[in-house]
Amino acid sequence: MENGIALEKKDVNRGKKGHFLLDTWKRMCKNKLALIGISIILIQVILAIFAPVLVAHDPYKQDLASAKLSIGTAGHFLGTDNYGRDMWSRLVYGARISLIVGLTSVVLGLAGGVLLGLISGYFKKLDAVIMRIVDLLFAFPGTLLAMLIIAMLGTSLVNVIIAISIWSIPGCARIVRGSVLSVKNQEYILAMKSIGASHTRIIFKHILPNCTAPIIIFATTRMATAILSCASLSYLGLGAQPPSPEWGAMIAAGQDFMWEAPHMAILPGIAIMLTVFAFNVVGDGLRDALDPNIKFDS
Amino acid sequence: MNQLPLLEIKGLKTFYPIKKGILKRTKAYVKAVNDIDITIYEGETLGVVGESGCGKSTLGRTVLGLERKTGGNIRFRDEEIGNLSDSQLKKYKKHMQMIFQDPFASLDPRQRIGDALEEVFIIHTNLSKNERVQRVKELLVEVGLKKEHYDRFPHEFSGGQRQRIGIARAIALNPSLVICDEAVSALDVSVQAQIIKLLLELQEKHHLTYMFISHDLSVVRHISDRVLVMYLGTTAELGTSDQIYRNPLHPYTKALLSSIPRPIPGKNKERIKLEGEIPSASNYPTGCPFHTRCPLATEQCKVTRPEWREVEEGHFVACHEV
Repeated sequence: MENGIALEKKDVNRGKKGHFLLDTWKRMCKNKLALIGISIILIQVILAIFAPVLVAHDPYKQDLASAKLSIGTAGHFLGTDNYGRDMWSRLVYGARISLIVGLTSVVLGLAGGVLLGLISGYFKKLDAVIMRIVDLLFAFPGTLLAMLIIAMLGTSLVNVIIAISIWSIPGCARIVRGSVLSVKNQEYILAMKSIGASHTRIIFKHILPNCTAPIIIFATTRMATAILSCASLSYLGLGAQPPSPEWGAMIAAGQDFMWEAPHMAILPGIAIMLTVFAFNVVGDGLRDALDPNIKFDS
Repeated sequence: MNQLPLLEIKGLKTFYPIKKGILKRTKAYVKAVNDIDITIYEGETLGVVGESGCGKSTLGRTVLGLERKTGGNIRFRDEEIGNLSDSQLKKYKKHMQMIFQDPFASLDPRQRIGDALEEVFIIHTNLSKNERVQRVKELLVEVGLKKEHYDRFPHEFSGGQRQRIGIARAIALNPSLVICDEAVSALDVSVQAQIIKLLLELQEKHHLTYMFISHDLSVVRHISDRVLVMYLGTTAELGTSDQIYRNPLHPYTKALLSSIPRPIPGKNKERIKLEGEIPSASNYPTGCPFHTRCPLATEQCKVTRPEWREVEEGHFVACHEV
């Protein structure tokens, strides 16, 4: 049985052609849902980068005369909020905040998590210690952990980023550790040791490149969670503060006008939903395209 | 034959602890390599045979420092290397290299062939980028590949080609000792022959010493000057190829040799079938490790471990009954 599996694996390797990234992209293209997700993300990124050019109204400029205009009003096609600020402008600037928070917190979380995972997977003696700390972090519900950190550091968007990064570390560390454990027993790692390569060289030049697939997948799905957490923390008043067009904060502001101007809360809600959906399907698509054998716990 | 000792192994032991319970206390050991004495001379090919799990590979890996030895001495050119730390061992790794069994697993799938070979020079020499590329291309040609293969990925090669890359990596630094751990076992018979031919050519050209670990008795006979027969982590018999294959003394060697399929029908000698399973290396038998399956076993075999003695010139055996 074991031989059969080993043979199958070899055949898969033998069948691979072309570069690894190109291959992944080709396989991604077969997944319609993932392509939709990629398009949504791309549009958002473009909107976020070129927001000042693409948006007619200042997202902070109040105009009480045209407050609570509904969707479809000339000049404000997504309407305005209770201070007369243009909803479209605010949503686009909100995308900026969400993407920046998501990206920085995921990058920071990955930096910590990947390092911890590599160390604990590679060095047996540190494994138990690091993994117990990770278990400890895991024991806290995510939002609670984030609230705890914000309670200590104070409410601000930067602290939200710090909180989400710290919260991303344990999951990332576990996933990386798992793949390190499987990669480090491969014969090519033994071959590197027999050549006399140092631990640092083996870890960063040979183990890390062979663990990229799960890390990429983790990062993508984590983006979705990070954006969602940022929105929920801001909704609770722990993140971005009111004048900011952060989506969660916008929902919080809009809920008071649920009956008069429902679009104030619904539109940012849709924005969050679309973004999270996009990152999730792209993450799923990547998982299938990179390696169908990777197991995930989220 | 050149009688200058290259590698002297004395009483080498490699045990793996079996840990049990909450406190992970060591309850027993897997005795993978249990008390081996052997000397490898410059320029020779020493074949190491034995059934799977007998510690052949562990022996090779322990010599290279990939596994930590539990006891005994390893002397390389009159210098003790068995107790060195990883960083001290690095300068000896230039002189001792290994060719691995599985050509599909022994190359990093994300690394171009050129980079993989260059890495050897990055680790051990101060050559400039250009010199390294030059050397790698020479190496590729030397092992029967093409310069153009420099930029390819491992998955673009066949098993035989990959094994050539593995050989190129092993001989890159002009080592003295190359340990071939089942180096041809994973290949087709025709490719096996090509690789063996390459190994022999390289041996002549670079004056290499091989420790050729294999379970394929015919291949070992073809390539080896001397043959070591291992059983359950220890040495059963050692002699020149002719001594071992023409005049086997140890009952285990006889049984092994009788299992080689012979091409001429009717000429088959009677096959000696061994009774029972190979004992577990974690529950090592007392006395002679082979007594549980030996057709000649006596009471003495169960109690005392046979001496490793020379019965004729260069022919060693560990058996009471010889």
